Amino acid sequence: MSIKRTLLGMAITAATLTALAASASAEELTIATVNNADMIIMQKLSPEWEQKTGNKLNWVVLEENVLRQRVTTDIATKGGSFDVVTIGAYETPIWGEKGWLNTLNDLGDGYDYPDIFEPVRNGLSVKDNLYAVPFYAESSFTFYRKDLFEKAGIEVGKDQITYDQFAEMVAKLHDPDNGIYGTCQRGKAGWGENMAFIGPMVNAFGGRWFDMDWQPQLTSEPWKKAINYYVDLLTQYGPPGAPANGHNENRALFADGKCATWIDATSAAGYIYNPKDSRVADKTGFFQAPKEVTDKGTGWFWAWALAIPSSSTKVDAAKDFLKWATSKEYIAMVGEKEGWVAAPPGTRASTYANPKYQEAAPFADTVKNAILATNPADPTLEKVPYTGVQFVAIPEFQGIGNYVGQQISAALAGQQSVDQALENAQQFAVREMTKAGYIK
Amino acid sequence: MARAISNKRKAINTMAAWSLGLLIFFPILWIAILSFKTEIDAIKGPLDVLSATWTLESYSAVQERSDYLKHFTNSVIISLGSTLLGLLIAIPAAWAMAFVPARRTKDVLMWMLSTKMLPPVGVLIPIYLIFRDTGLLDTRIGLVLVLMLINLPIIIWMLYTYFREIPGEILEAARMDGASLGKEVLYVLTPMAIPGMASTVLLNIILSWNEAFWTLNLTAAKAAPLTAFIASYSSPEGLFYAKLSAASIMAIAPILIMGWFSQKQLVRGLTFGAVK
Repeated sequence: MSIKRTLLGMAITAATLTALAASASAEELTIATVNNADMIIMQKLSPEWEQKTGNKLNWVVLEENVLRQRVTTDIATKGGSFDVVTIGAYETPIWGEKGWLNTLNDLGDGYDYPDIFEPVRNGLSVKDNLYAVPFYAESSFTFYRKDLFEKAGIEVGKDQITYDQFAEMVAKLHDPDNGIYGTCQRGKAGWGENMAFIGPMVNAFGGRWFDMDWQPQLTSEPWKKAINYYVDLLTQYGPPGAPANGHNENRALFADGKCATWIDATSAAGYIYNPKDSRVADKTGFFQAPKEVTDKGTGWFWAWALAIPSSSTKVDAAKDFLKWATSKEYIAMVGEKEGWVAAPPGTRASTYANPKYQEAAPFADTVKNAILATNPADPTLEKVPYTGVQFVAIPEFQGIGNYVGQQISAALAGQQSVDQALENAQQFAVREMTKAGYIK
Repeated sequence: MARAISNKRKAINTMAAWSLGLLIFFPILWIAILSFKTEIDAIKGPLDVLSATWTLESYSAVQERSDYLKHFTNSVIISLGSTLLGLLIAIPAAWAMAFVPARRTKDVLMWMLSTKMLPPVGVLIPIYLIFRDTGLLDTRIGLVLVLMLINLPIIIWMLYTYFREIPGEILEAARMDGASLGKEVLYVLTPMAIPGMASTVLLNIILSWNEAFWTLNLTAAKAAPLTAFIASYSSPEGLFYAKLSAASIMAIAPILIMGWFSQKQLVRGLTFGAVK
């Protein structure tokens, strides 16, 4: 009896200790993230990780610009409100260099680093230190309506076309009487809106944001040619209200069958290809974003990635979550549970080698090639002191990019001339760069 | 004697009032309509939107993804808490300024109002650091304090205006009858100022409920009110118009209902003292 009682007592003590140990090691992580389809899936699947580890996730979902401001305030003041943050390819190198983020070079043996595409890995690293792990990555390419091209007798070759050839195509396709606009491009002002399209286009025309002495180049010939081309193209062949259209508006227009062409994010391909969301799912084809005097920097590079602020006190648990959420196994789980077309694109070679993904996403190879072709470290015809294809990875760029975007949007709306817009943009950029100490 | 108004004039006035009312209400009505459409229908032209089928799918999607009750509870606690705490400070302050004015009372009132002229973002970093050091980040008590401080000038100004309408002789009579200061405020002043106080309370609850700068910047997961709930459905990449509309309707519905039921008090309070 006493032996039984002793054994029972020991068992109860052991169970209690195990429970206590489990509850002591369980962490509550706060994750701040943007609202997009991939993140919604991650939120939906994250209970799997919570069950596996006993940890709990608190989600803070915010609109991209609100999130940027909110997380910047918290990280800059070491507020410690967030253990995991979703940041983009623009912030990662800047914040990493400032020491605001934990390095992520040590996620363990099971984490296949070489499988992540090199441009993506490089875009999220500073001096060989990885500061964020990619959740999805994208470049830009041209979406086109195969049926309309066929009707107009336009053939799409394998070689990269020029913007001049693109304008000729668009002119043939433009048929507003039947509700078809030759091209839909971003006109809404913002460094992440119209400037995301305009940046690579200026690169194609041989332009650059700054010379090697950080002098702004916004009134240079390539900028003038590119912006005049952009304004003429959208004025003649764009939809009405183009200056107000951002990614979402154009995506809706293209999905509704109103646009013959659209140069935008490769990540929108899954949406356009989904018959539930799109009327042109079976009529859409893809080709590279056009070049002009150069093919360098003609497709943008962007990634949404997960990082751990240096102010977080739960680094180990946060790393474990990152490892899970950006692993090959996670991508496979999304493929199995949500359908392979919904798998996070652009990050891992293994995704593109998977026959199930290739079958579900016929655009896979075009996307992969577009991403592999990007080189944020060498984005322009002439040499530049910065990295970034459609942005310049310096803190001042957000303000400058937004202002230049507003000026060009106003030119598109006919409120001022292109020359005036670029003159204003140049003056602003010179002032900001002088204030920040880049120009002595 | 009241001025005679012709029927034609009355009809024109009524039409003008209804048109203006509809114009002001239209954005909310449109949000309500979009919330009952699918995402793909919600982005179509106005006529196509109206003819598209009606559905509750956005409401169920929002319900499934977000904890509405948690955000709602936070909103209630933060808006009621900040208003009541504000009243506790504002009633004595407004009483003193209305009935025992000093030489600089007008200047003090103007100075208090001037704090509202500062853009909030100008003090974001100092307040954030204070909150960080005092452990108030992402707490309801922190938000109650900051919203109370932000709305305090308005509460004091409103109460001051209402108190000024009450004849000081009545308070003097109470004092002559032996009422202490506390009793004078509680039993004489407060009952007379009830309409004004009610409208102050209602207006401040509405202001706190809708406040979206501090509530977004000082919260994360625990104390986030309904403003954060709405913000989580806005996105520059991806279609969330219908869900955003559903989230907006769910967030403003309680305050709309409260405003509807208390509109008499609200209007009476806001026009209190206007007709003398």
